[in-house]
Formats: sequence, C-alpha cells, structure tokens
Amino acid sequence: MSNNLKTLTNGILRENPTFALVLGMCPTLATTTSAVNGMSMGLATLFVLVCSNVVISLLKNLIPDKVRIPAFIVVIATFVTVVQFLLKAYAPAVDEQLGLFIPLIVVNCIVLGRAEAFAAKNSVGLSALDGIGMGLGFTLALTLIGMIRELLGTGAIFGLQIYSDHYASLIFVLAPGAFIALAYLMAIMNKIVKK
Amino acid sequence: MVLSLVCISVVAAAALAGVYLLTQDAIEAQKAQKQEQAILAVLPEQGVGAEVAEAETVGDVVIYRATKDGQEIGAAVEVSEMGFGGAQKIMVGFDKEGKIIDYAILDQQETPGLGDHIKEWFKNEDKPGQNIRGRKAGNLKVSKEAGGDVDAITAATISSKAFLRAINKAYNAYMGNADAHSGASKQEHAEPAEGGNDHKCGKCKHHEEGHKCGHCKHHENNETEKEVSHE
Amino acid sequence: MEYFLIFIAAIFVNNIVLSQFLGICPFLGVSKKIDTALGMGAAVTFVLVLATIVTYLLQKLLILWHVEFLQTILFILVIAALVQMIEIVLKKISPSLYQALGVFLPLITTNCCILGVAIIVADPAQLLQKLPGDALQANLLTGTLFAFATAIGFALALVLFAGIREQLAMSRVPKAMEGTPIALLTAGLLAMAFMGFSGVV
Repeated sequence: MSNNLKTLTNGILRENPTFALVLGMCPTLATTTSAVNGMSMGLATLFVLVCSNVVISLLKNLIPDKVRIPAFIVVIATFVTVVQFLLKAYAPAVDEQLGLFIPLIVVNCIVLGRAEAFAAKNSVGLSALDGIGMGLGFTLALTLIGMIRELLGTGAIFGLQIYSDHYASLIFVLAPGAFIALAYLMAIMNKIVKK
Repeated sequence: MVLSLVCISVVAAAALAGVYLLTQDAIEAQKAQKQEQAILAVLPEQGVGAEVAEAETVGDVVIYRATKDGQEIGAAVEVSEMGFGGAQKIMVGFDKEGKIIDYAILDQQETPGLGDHIKEWFKNEDKPGQNIRGRKAGNLKVSKEAGGDVDAITAATISSKAFLRAINKAYNAYMGNADAHSGASKQEHAEPAEGGNDHKCGKCKHHEEGHKCGHCKHHENNETEKEVSHE
Repeated sequence: MEYFLIFIAAIFVNNIVLSQFLGICPFLGVSKKIDTALGMGAAVTFVLVLATIVTYLLQKLLILWHVEFLQTILFILVIAALVQMIEIVLKKISPSLYQALGVFLPLITTNCCILGVAIIVADPAQLLQKLPGDALQANLLTGTLFAFATAIGFALALVLFAGIREQLAMSRVPKAMEGTPIALLTAGLLAMAFMGFSGVV
C-alpha cells in the first residue's frame, strides 16, 4: 500500500516533471497563457500518460527489445490522436486554444520517458498509478503557472477578475512572460526544496 | 521482431479508424453548428426565424444572404484581412441597407491585450466613437486618418485599420461594389456612380451615410433591389 | 520579395523558439557552448527541411486514401526513421559531417519543432497563416522555404542564447537561480527583444 502511495505521489512532488525533471517544456511554456488552458493541456497529457503506461505495461513481454522505442511511439501516437479527436468532437474550444500542442504530446519527453523508465518494467496497476501521479504533477504545475501568468497578465484567475486589468502587466501573457514566470517559480521551488 | 511491430501498428491503425468513425459525425456537427451560430449571431434580430441561403463567394469574401418570410433581411459576410499578427477572420452582419448589425471575430492572431481587443472594441455601446454597429461601412476609417471617425484601439492602430478594411471589404462585396476602394469602378451602370459611401453626384455635394437625394438615382438601393429580385 | 519575407517572418517575427515555444528542450539543453549550438542548429536545419518535404508528400497520400487520422503516427515514425537513415548515410558518405552533426541526430527525433513544422506545412490553412502577405500560396515550395527559414530561426536563437550563456557561466548567480531558472530568465529577455520585430511583416 505504501508502495502504491509512493508511486502516486512521486510524480506530484519528488519527481515533478516540470519543476524537478524539467521535461515537457514546450507545452509548459506555450499553453499556460491562462489557468484553464494550462489545466486542459495537463489533463490531455494525463490521459495519454495513463493510457500509454497501461498499454505498454500490458505489452511489455510481447515487444522485442530492439523495436521497443518505435512500438512505444506507435502506442503513444495512437492515444494522442484519440485525444485529438475527442477534443475536436466534444470540446472544440479547448482544441482551438491548444491547437498544435495536442498532436505534439507525442514528442513530450515525459510520456516516452515514463513508458521507458517505468511502464516497461512494472505491473499494470503500478504503471497506471505512475501515469496518474506524473500526469497530476504535470497538470498541477501547468495550472499553477497558468494561474500566475493569468493573474499577473490580466488580473484574473480562471477568468475571475481579482483586480482591474489596467494594473496588470500584459507581458506575462505574452511569450517572454512565460519564460520569466517559469524561471522565478523554479527558483522558488529550488529554494523551498533545498531548505 | 518486425512482425510484432507491424502487428502493433495495424492494431493501432484499426483502433484509430474506429475512433475516427465514431467521432467524425460529432466533429462535423460541431463545425457546422459553429458556423451556423456565427452567421445567426450577426444577423438582424439574432437571425430568429431567418433562413440562410447557400454561401456565395465574391473574390475571397463569402456571403450568406438571409431571408425571413421570403423577404431579404440582410446577410452575414465572412471576410479575412491581414492584421498585425496574422489574418483576422471576421463574420459581419448587415441589414439589407448595408448597416452593420453586429460582428464576430472567428479567428485572429493579434497581440493579446492590445490588438485582440477587436473582439469587443468596435461594438461598445457606451463609446459611440468606437461603436460601428448601426453605421454604414464602405469607407470606415480610424479617426487618425483623414475622413475617419472610428476610434482605433489604444496602441493597436494597425489591428484596427485592418479590421475596418475587412469590414469595408465585406460591405463592398455584399453591396456589389468590389471596386469601391480603388475608385475606378467598372460597373456597367449608366451613371458614373462610385458606390459605397464614396458615392458623389454632381448635383448635390453631401455624401453622408444614408444619403438620399432626389437629384440622382440612388445607386446603392438599385443594387440592393436587383439582388433581391435575384433570390 | 515575398519569398524573402518568409524568412524575415519565420526567423524574427515568429521565431520558432522564442515566440512559438517549439524546440525548447534542445534550446535549454544544448546551449551551453556556441560550437555545440551551431552543430545542433545545422543538424536541425538538415532534418527539418528533409522531414518537411517527405511529410508534405506523405500527407498528399493520406488525403488520397482518406486516412488523415494516421497523420500523427505516420509523421513521428517517418521522422524517427528519417533521422536514423540520415545518420547511416552520413556515416558512409561524409564522416566529417557525421562527426560534426552525429551526436545531435538522435536527439532530434524528440525535438518537437520537427513534428510541429511538419504538421503546420501539411495543412494548407495553417501554412497560409504563417506566410506573410496575401500573395503567397501554400505549396511544396513555400512549405519548404518556411521550414528552412524556421530552422534558421531556431539556429539563430540557439546560437544567440549560447553566446549569452557562455558569458553567464562566469558571473555569480543567486543559489536558487542557478541552472535552469537563470537560463529561462535569459530566454525571457531574449524573447522580449524579439518581440520588437512583431508587426514588421
């Protein structure tokens, strides 16, 4: 039990994909213009992570070692395309916001990284938990960055106006703000962790 | 080795084909619904009870004419124009006299917080200087330019100009004066009218919006009537 | 002239790294030295142009056979295979070039700017949005030019960033900011500088 719990929380805290492992930077920077966008991206990635982890862990004994990576990529790409279609069909607004970055989940290092490092060696249940943990860690990080950028850039969180956008500094919604916000967040995390 | 990879690929492809077939209808429906909503939203009275005709293409402008009880009530016009950050795709609705009813931005890449204010800026009821609803297009210009009376978005003049260009283009396409901008009109009318708001006749000097003078046959109305009889 | 504008637009105005956020991983990962940055930039240019041409033609086949839903799977596999092939061919034909680019090639498969650009170019509507002005059509020529220009933009950003980081290595940085945070902050300033180009084209 404690092992399961450890697997689950591992991705959220100790090995947080964004702050600790510094993986998947492209969607982290590109889709966090608002809290909702960041969260949508995180959840889409979570779905792909869990599904691909489960399937790869099921198939781990059937796939020869030499074609391991291409096989993993095929599995991941399949689930990414599934997400793409589901979003297009039932949440077109989200699909429009995230656009190109949905198909690009394929090349998100987190997904392939977990498949290779965890799912290929562990049981189905644990792999699913690892996927959920990592996905949640990613989602939380993206939502946090999105919240901060939205608050500083437009004066709102999740669309709820906190202070007038006359006093907001727009740069945080634009490209440079993404880099700067993430830089300071990481520095703060470093400070907290090292203490 | 290769066999197992092929197997996985085939299974994956089959699974995707399944999902594709399952979601295809929903995706198409979403697209159609979105387009229809965009059209209806900019028509007179939100398009209640209106029938929208098939799309008509004039150059790169798409016109959806709307009728109610057999009478033409106006049209929704889809137009796109290069803005500051990329193309602005706009759906603008006119009544049958060519007055702007409403507009909606379908797609844009203007700077967030500056240029992307085009979504709301030009329909602000509280600021008549920037509200274009109820105005006649054809020669809308930002107030910084000579003859312009539309207040541009603060710090986003290029986006604003592009937006007004798009609206004018839509108007001219709808009213059938594709050349009104250049001034060199090729219309096969007996009268040397220039169309749009640029309309000037020798006998009267004013060329205001909604101008109607008895001296000259009103060009725009003729045009509208002709199109109505087409339907 | 329009073709020249493609370059201005893709290199400066919509820089792939600094305003589109594609290819951030190599941007942060292999930008500690100008030499390696140049090597990576060259390798990406090479693969990006080739991959774009191949995937553009493949997309035509996908449309022909009505199996567009295989796009993501096919593209990523083709890019992975292409990178492998380039590696093998380079090893045989030009060992010196292989020496220069070889180490970067395996990293490129997971560089999302390759797949990203391939997807953009394969869709005429998306490609048109990236092309400056109204005069240009979306076709293989403009797509390839766009891919090439994007890659140059990537290389430029990478080399500029590496230059700054070489200097940065010698300066004292607060403990918590060391490593990735200060690099991100630098990238933010660079992105701000590139924002000055917006609206040029």
